[in-house]
Amino acid sequence: MEINMSDIIKIENLTYAYVTEEGKNAVALDHINLSIKEGSFVAVLGHNGSGKSTLAKHMNAILLPEGGKVYVAGMDTSDENLVIEIRRQVGMVFQNPDNQMVANVVEEDVAFGPENLGIDPNEIRRRVDDALRQVGMYEYRTHAPHLLSGGQKQRIAIAGIIAMRPRCIVLDEPTAMLDPMGREEVISTIHELNRKNGITVVLITHHMKETIDADRLLVMKDGRIVADGAPCEVFKNVRELKEVGLDVPDTTELIFQLNEEGFNLPLEALTVEECASAIYAVLS
Amino acid sequence: MLKDITLGQYFPGDTFIHRLDPRTKLIMSLEYIVLLFVARDYFSYGLLFAYLVLIIAVSKVRLKIILNGMKPILILVVLTALLNLFYTPGNTVVSFWVLRITDAGIKNAFLMVIRIMMLIAGTFLLTYTTSPIDLTDGLEKLLNPLKKFKAPVHELSMMMSIALRFIPTLIEETDKIMSAQKARGADFETGSIIQRAKALLPLLVPLFVSAFRRADELAVAMESRCYHGGQGRTKMKQLILRPQDYLTLALGVLLAAGTVMLAVLGL
Ligand SMILES: Nc1ncnc2c1ncn2[C@@H]1O[C@H](COP(=O)(O)OP(=O)(O)O)[C@@H](O)[C@H]1O
Ligand SMILES: [Mg+2]
Repeated sequence: MEINMSDIIKIENLTYAYVTEEGKNAVALDHINLSIKEGSFVAVLGHNGSGKSTLAKHMNAILLPEGGKVYVAGMDTSDENLVIEIRRQVGMVFQNPDNQMVANVVEEDVAFGPENLGIDPNEIRRRVDDALRQVGMYEYRTHAPHLLSGGQKQRIAIAGIIAMRPRCIVLDEPTAMLDPMGREEVISTIHELNRKNGITVVLITHHMKETIDADRLLVMKDGRIVADGAPCEVFKNVRELKEVGLDVPDTTELIFQLNEEGFNLPLEALTVEECASAIYAVLS
Repeated sequence: MLKDITLGQYFPGDTFIHRLDPRTKLIMSLEYIVLLFVARDYFSYGLLFAYLVLIIAVSKVRLKIILNGMKPILILVVLTALLNLFYTPGNTVVSFWVLRITDAGIKNAFLMVIRIMMLIAGTFLLTYTTSPIDLTDGLEKLLNPLKKFKAPVHELSMMMSIALRFIPTLIEETDKIMSAQKARGADFETGSIIQRAKALLPLLVPLFVSAFRRADELAVAMESRCYHGGQGRTKMKQLILRPQDYLTLALGVLLAAGTVMLAVLGL
């Protein structure tokens, strides 16, 4: 088995089916092949039920492959003895911030992961303070989480993961229940962790906007990966994306419409500034 | 409305009592409860009452909060008082119809009411001055020896702290569902008890469904954070017995000795 060490996650021919209440098999993942480079920021888009959460849960051995293999930093997730180490290396943040908090004091919650790993109390204290500073929640360390905003709670959940010193964080629609401000807080926090600490990020979302700054964008449909590439490349295929039932960013949509009308604008202009200057260049 | 519940609530503070190790406070509370049942007469009760006054004063918990906490058990107190008042044999003081109040009855009723109120005040003071996490940590540490007999001590304390963690969340959710049902014309406040109980059903069903979903998600989140039971687990906050804990425990020994002695003398 050849494993490239720069791949933090390597998935080979992964298939998975849930058993439904009628006893039938519902295929959720259909022969997925995927490698994720250490230090990269990967966004995953896809409709409800396209298999994003199922894929995510395979990345830290919450679910085990029915067919194929999943390797985390070279470790086979189906090896029971490696499960704890795999989960330490790949942390996971979920959609509902309330349902992933175990303690009613912020710092106690952040300490939960390191405590499970059996780390020395003084070292836990250091890591908890560090993690809370990194997400900008240090002043709230003695607060009760249920009194904080959604964005703050998600940042605490992220702190709880980075206190385990993982190499990768998988976030399953972390912004779906947040207001625009909370979304912005969470997204900029994970970008910073990716840039400054080199932590690999896998961000599952269905907000197009949040994928623009990713290094790589995957689009899922019916348990398969139907598009894979740099966001500006993926969004160029406006028609195909619409067939998958996904929207494209407003900027791409605008340029797409203009091009339909006979203009010749670059579809890879994703940010508002790029888009504006592209249009400006054509007009002047 | 549901947010007014103060039972088992914690009032943060930084007093001598707040800073005591939770184990010390648990032991002292338990001892105090036992001594309340050992106490016989005015002197032994008086000693325990003096102790209660002392810890209330030191903890700086306002008297009003403690008295408010007693409201739910007011009926119980009144009932106990009446029963003791009328059914204790002794020298009749006043009598009317079939009822007879004796001198012993008055004394018993008085001491019983005092006992219940002191019991409630003492236990409330424990939860008022100790955070839930400290409380469960202390309990786990105290019960640690039972692990040798395969008692699920860690699991119990984990369950307790998670239950405490989710109380505010579930209360908030109940409020939300109630408002939603009210907006659709549900009536929780009027009608007979049976009617009101029936009105609660459409409240409980969504609450239970959501609680199970939460439990499911929480379990996955805990596993994702490497939770695998109590084995090999450490704690960020270590419980340490400091000089003030030993001092308090020594005071506890004196209190016990004093109360038992007075009780034996029948005082
Ligand atoms: N616990 C489950 N039991 C049965 N089917 C499930 C379960 N979870 C997900 N599925 C099904 O698997 C498919 C993929 O779901 P999921 O991975 O949650 O998609 P996504 O996260 O993209 O919305 C869906 O068709 C969904 O109905
Ligand atoms: Mg999902």
